[in-house]
Amino acid sequence: MGDRLLEVRNLKKYFKTKEGMLHAVDDVSFNINKGETLGLVGESGCGKSTTGRAILRIHEPTDGEVIYNNENILKYDKNKKKKMLRKMQIVFQDPYSSLNPRLSVFDLIADPLYVNKIYKTKSELSDRVKEVMDLVGLEQRLINSYPHELDGGRRQRIGIARALALRPEFIVLDEPVSALDVCIQAQILNLMNKLQEQLGLTYLFISHDLSVVRHVSDVIAVMYLGKIIELSDYKSMFIDPKHPYTQALLSAIPVPKVGAKRERIILEGDVPSPVNPPPGCGFYGRCKYREDICKEKTPELLNIGEGRYVACHFVK
Amino acid sequence: MSKNKNLLDIKNLTIHYGTDSGTVYAVDNLNLDIGYGETLGFVGETGAGKTTTALGIMQLIPNPPGKIIDGEIYFEGENLLNKTEKEMRDIRGSKISMIFQDPMTSLNPVMTVGDQIAEMIKLHDKVTNEEADKRAKEMLEVVGIRKERAKDYPHQFSGGMKQRVVIAIALACHPSLIIADEPTTALDVTIQAQVLELMKDLKVKYDTSMIMITHDLGIVAEICDNVAIMYAGSVIEYADVNSLYNNPLHPYTVGLFNSIPDLDSEQEELQVIKGHTPDPTNLPSGCPFHPRCPQAMDKCSKEKPNRIEVEPGHFVNCFLHEKTNKL
Repeated sequence: MGDRLLEVRNLKKYFKTKEGMLHAVDDVSFNINKGETLGLVGESGCGKSTTGRAILRIHEPTDGEVIYNNENILKYDKNKKKKMLRKMQIVFQDPYSSLNPRLSVFDLIADPLYVNKIYKTKSELSDRVKEVMDLVGLEQRLINSYPHELDGGRRQRIGIARALALRPEFIVLDEPVSALDVCIQAQILNLMNKLQEQLGLTYLFISHDLSVVRHVSDVIAVMYLGKIIELSDYKSMFIDPKHPYTQALLSAIPVPKVGAKRERIILEGDVPSPVNPPPGCGFYGRCKYREDICKEKTPELLNIGEGRYVACHFVK
Repeated sequence: MSKNKNLLDIKNLTIHYGTDSGTVYAVDNLNLDIGYGETLGFVGETGAGKTTTALGIMQLIPNPPGKIIDGEIYFEGENLLNKTEKEMRDIRGSKISMIFQDPMTSLNPVMTVGDQIAEMIKLHDKVTNEEADKRAKEMLEVVGIRKERAKDYPHQFSGGMKQRVVIAIALACHPSLIIADEPTTALDVTIQAQVLELMKDLKVKYDTSMIMITHDLGIVAEICDNVAIMYAGSVIEYADVNSLYNNPLHPYTVGLFNSIPDLDSEQEELQVIKGHTPDPTNLPSGCPFHPRCPQAMDKCSKEKPNRIEVEPGHFVNCFLHEKTNKL
């Protein structure tokens, strides 16, 4: 176990809507150790991306603490926050819409360096851009190209290069490979692994794809309706999922093998609305083990031993 | 192959798009057949030509810029390419239906879902409005939606429910072939599982043939009988699901399987296929995969490999398997 780098405590992010308060992130807590990867999984709308953004204060959290290197960064003023964010970066999902189409590869990667006034001379700046391009495997000849000239894999490499330019310690990867074909996905996943080893990076890896998350993560947290319902090391999670939702989620993955013996749990219905959620377990309506207590009391995320945490009244 | 007559027979289909930067060779000499009641998985990466092939079958290639240059598409024994536009309109929806990827955009937002299903029925069958409405409601129940919801609009449904409505429309006239273009890509896994289960049931119930276009080899393993792997506009390997998954032959197919993170075992590093999919305006000479192929030989850049039958029913376009070819 390495040193703790990031600690998220009771993080909440609510959005005001016409119908009422939308509880996007509702009391989420977890830790990430230095050099490790926490995989955050869940289906659309469960709050995983909002969690990542709230940590970086892209969405200012409603409540809670984000402790980074023993300091609560939510208390930082504007200047300190800006400095802080050099150490904490984000890579977005869609390399087609997250890059300014009118900037060249050089300008895109140099942008964070300009903004933070890191280098005084042009040659230093250009050296750093070239260095980062090498790091992420972008050919030097592409330096004056524009995003529309490049394929999805190369564009995502630009996204990663932008995040790396400021020498961060912690990166939020928000579905970094979801928009890519499997072959390119594999290339990018290998690159992320290599960079983590080489630069000692810590990742928060957000994805809906469980096989990808299993491949990259040390610890996995499963989110449902704004809450973490299960948190565990990646191995135990897949061998023996505890929460009924995790069980259904894992069983629903189509496996690329013929005759794979997997008992499929088909969930009824859909995820309920996160606007003014009723008390009780969010999974109540779809759970086959539900009892009255689940409707009345929200289960807490409890330690069940061996570093595993589950939020369910019936898992002890 | 075992069936004496196929529902769909595609022979030497070639489709090009004319663009400012040159001709796009989207589909290149493609051969494929589908038997009655069969589900064919159609797998390939973005730009491999999967959707273009599907649109080619439906005769929905936007022309210009697209054009079917060559080939024949026999459906129930008749060449679709000789049909008039009016005849094609009768076939689309009644005999061949299509399910598109994104249910959010393939439904009309200002029409109730009941009316959208009934519209399809009225277009193809001579029925009264009442009869069409009744059948529309039945179709909703078939896909697991309460019939009272027929008067609701698409925005009142979730993504999975919308895709069920799209499936109901596709099945309304009991087509003999359904082309499903990435039908679950836009859905979450638990919802995807629901929709796949539904499609499996309905396929049996209506004895429909299906072309399942997808990039997800997991879905293919689950739902398909046969698989065609597509690369740069042509089918490079074709077999039944068992043979293909247990014994992939083409180096591209092998690479494709290796790039998927495995749920059941440890992998330090994923094996990747080096390089990028070729530019469709400028395909490599010979075998289109040769610049990326770890086992490429001199011959591969010069000649295009022909289709060979390595085992009965297992076809591959690759010189590596030529010597093992006993047929």
